[in-house]
Amino acid sequence: MKKKFLALALSLVMALSLAACGGSQEEAPAEEGGETPAVEEGGSDVITVGFAQVGHESDWRTASTKSAQDVFSAENGYELAFVDCDNDSAKQLEAVRNFIQQGVDYIIIDPIVSTGWDAVLTECEDAGIPVIVIDRTIDDSDKYVSWVGSDFKVEGLACGEWLKAYAADKGITEINALVIEGSTGASATIGRTEGFKEVADREGWTILDSQNGDFTEAGGQEVMESYCQSYEGQFNVVICQNDNEAYGAMTAMDAAGVSYGVDGDVIIVSFDSNKPAVQHVLEGNMNATFECNPMAAPFVDEVIQQLEAGETPEKEIYMEESWFAAEDIVSEITVNGEAMPVIHVTQEVLDARPY
Amino acid sequence: MSKLKKLTQQRLFLPVFCMLLVLCINMIYDAATGHAFYNFFEITMTNDLLNGRIINILNRGSEVAILAIGMTLVVSASAGTDISVGSVMSLCASFCCMLVAGFGVSSVGSAEEFAMPLAVGLIGALVMGCLCGAFNGGLVAYLNIQPMVATLILWSAARAIGLLLCNNLIVYIRVPEFAVFGGYLGPIPTPIIIAAVCVAVTAVVLKKTAMGMYIQSVGINKRASRIAGLNSKRIIFTCYLLCGLCAGIAGIVASSRITSADSNNIGLDMELDAILAVALGGNSLGGGRFNLAGSIIGAYTIQAITTTMYNMGVPSAVTPVFKAVVVILIVAVQAPPVKAWFKKRAAAKAVAQKEVVGV
Repeated sequence: MKKKFLALALSLVMALSLAACGGSQEEAPAEEGGETPAVEEGGSDVITVGFAQVGHESDWRTASTKSAQDVFSAENGYELAFVDCDNDSAKQLEAVRNFIQQGVDYIIIDPIVSTGWDAVLTECEDAGIPVIVIDRTIDDSDKYVSWVGSDFKVEGLACGEWLKAYAADKGITEINALVIEGSTGASATIGRTEGFKEVADREGWTILDSQNGDFTEAGGQEVMESYCQSYEGQFNVVICQNDNEAYGAMTAMDAAGVSYGVDGDVIIVSFDSNKPAVQHVLEGNMNATFECNPMAAPFVDEVIQQLEAGETPEKEIYMEESWFAAEDIVSEITVNGEAMPVIHVTQEVLDARPY
Repeated sequence: MSKLKKLTQQRLFLPVFCMLLVLCINMIYDAATGHAFYNFFEITMTNDLLNGRIINILNRGSEVAILAIGMTLVVSASAGTDISVGSVMSLCASFCCMLVAGFGVSSVGSAEEFAMPLAVGLIGALVMGCLCGAFNGGLVAYLNIQPMVATLILWSAARAIGLLLCNNLIVYIRVPEFAVFGGYLGPIPTPIIIAAVCVAVTAVVLKKTAMGMYIQSVGINKRASRIAGLNSKRIIFTCYLLCGLCAGIAGIVASSRITSADSNNIGLDMELDAILAVALGGNSLGGGRFNLAGSIIGAYTIQAITTTMYNMGVPSAVTPVFKAVVVILIVAVQAPPVKAWFKKRAAAKAVAQKEVVGV
């Protein structure tokens, strides 16, 4: 009997904590619902924006959210209704429908899935609310005003072009690269692989192997550990398709006794450029890192201002991104005929990084 | 002949055979690509550390092997699976890192910045694992809830609680003292040692006490066991508790490997690997008799398949398909109808041989 009671008590505690977790998330839309009349009475001086964010799965995502909260602030004349969708696409659709009911002026969506959007975007159109898509893409509907995001292929190309210039300066004639890919099928994986491969094919580099590291540190570590055995002494470049994979790859190379970075035998680069990665570049553990800009909000702000002024913004807007290198050797690269600067990382550069 | 027969009738024969088969694929591949056929099995000392594919399999398979211990007990006692272990791993890792780093701190670079001693974090993680196990066990044993439904709660909630504990951040603890549990102890990867100790302790306890027999008898018939004087509920509860503890240990190993608590990714889908390990080891998911060694071999077989994929450089997009094919083969070979067919054929052959001799 005593044990039954204990079991019951335990399950109650858990159930309560669950209810507590669920509650805080459910409350958010309800609060926004309450604000609706105020919005309509407020007239045209305050622009209300609804933002349906993917979730909070990484530092990158957190930076993206923060960027939106900073830009669409009361001081800038905005009112932001923010919904964290916890990677649940059904929840995201509901959030967008809630925005329509509240009668917000603009809706920003970072779509969790790329399909199944036509119905809800038609509803937005009928309600006369312009939709702006950021980061990920929507494939089955074009009923949105603009898409703002990164050109992953350009990131891959930039990586290749930088490597070409860097190798030329260092007198490295033969490049044998290993690639640690991101999650299979992710647009970032596809774009970065394509971009780098294009340069590699043109320059006649060898890509020894390309395996999936799932965008995680553990994945990068495991793949690199295997590479160190399969291609012992054969590779001189490691391309990690995000920062975390690079951290894992460095641990694996430490264990295998392979030297990397500025003074090492192996050139290692990563994509995304979170602050810890830039720190590694500053310390010379990594040779370069290529940014994937999470700060979409300023660009969205521009689109909204254009719409407010009655102009038609461009359908696809690519964000400016920066490339960071540990050594002051290559200062400029040309990607798709466009000159781009390569930033030499110093303490000031690191301190100025917002995420 | 009779020796071979005896060997094939051993319970562990098929799991071991399947594992060897996977390893053989590598031998053939290595020989075919111009390497020495023993290339896959070669163990070298580089950088004063043990290095080689076999070491990789033992090292990377540790988490699943540790989880498989708990899972085997749970499956045997309650004829159900604990699908929360992956999430509980993540929760324990997050809790450990949160205790050590302090709430809201996202990065710790040296031992001086610890909010609490490392030991507190580690014990905290183990206690958290036990708590989760006790929660599952309470629901299953005392409230008679279906195991999958009961553990579904923590499957979805534990990871989220972990994220809350870490304030939605990846908590980095880049300190050598913490890295040791997923790194190297002397020349040997620590996870191998941890897994070996866990297996050894469990094996000794099961062998030296009547616990193993109790668990099996509860799994075969709960009511009969109770009438025979066993406290069935307590035994089932204990199994879930141990499963939670195993998840805690695995969580520490996984987070120490990457010296951080990545709540979104630690132990992701690992519950499925653990269940698969139990099945590959020739254990029935219907409960009752179990074979711990089989589960452990199953766990390392899964890792062997993964490492084989790396060795052969299979493009990452098709890896899951290859894995699925290998798993189907292994499970099919062990399926009762297939076994029965082999037995029938062997019997027919024996009869035919006798007839030949008779003539």
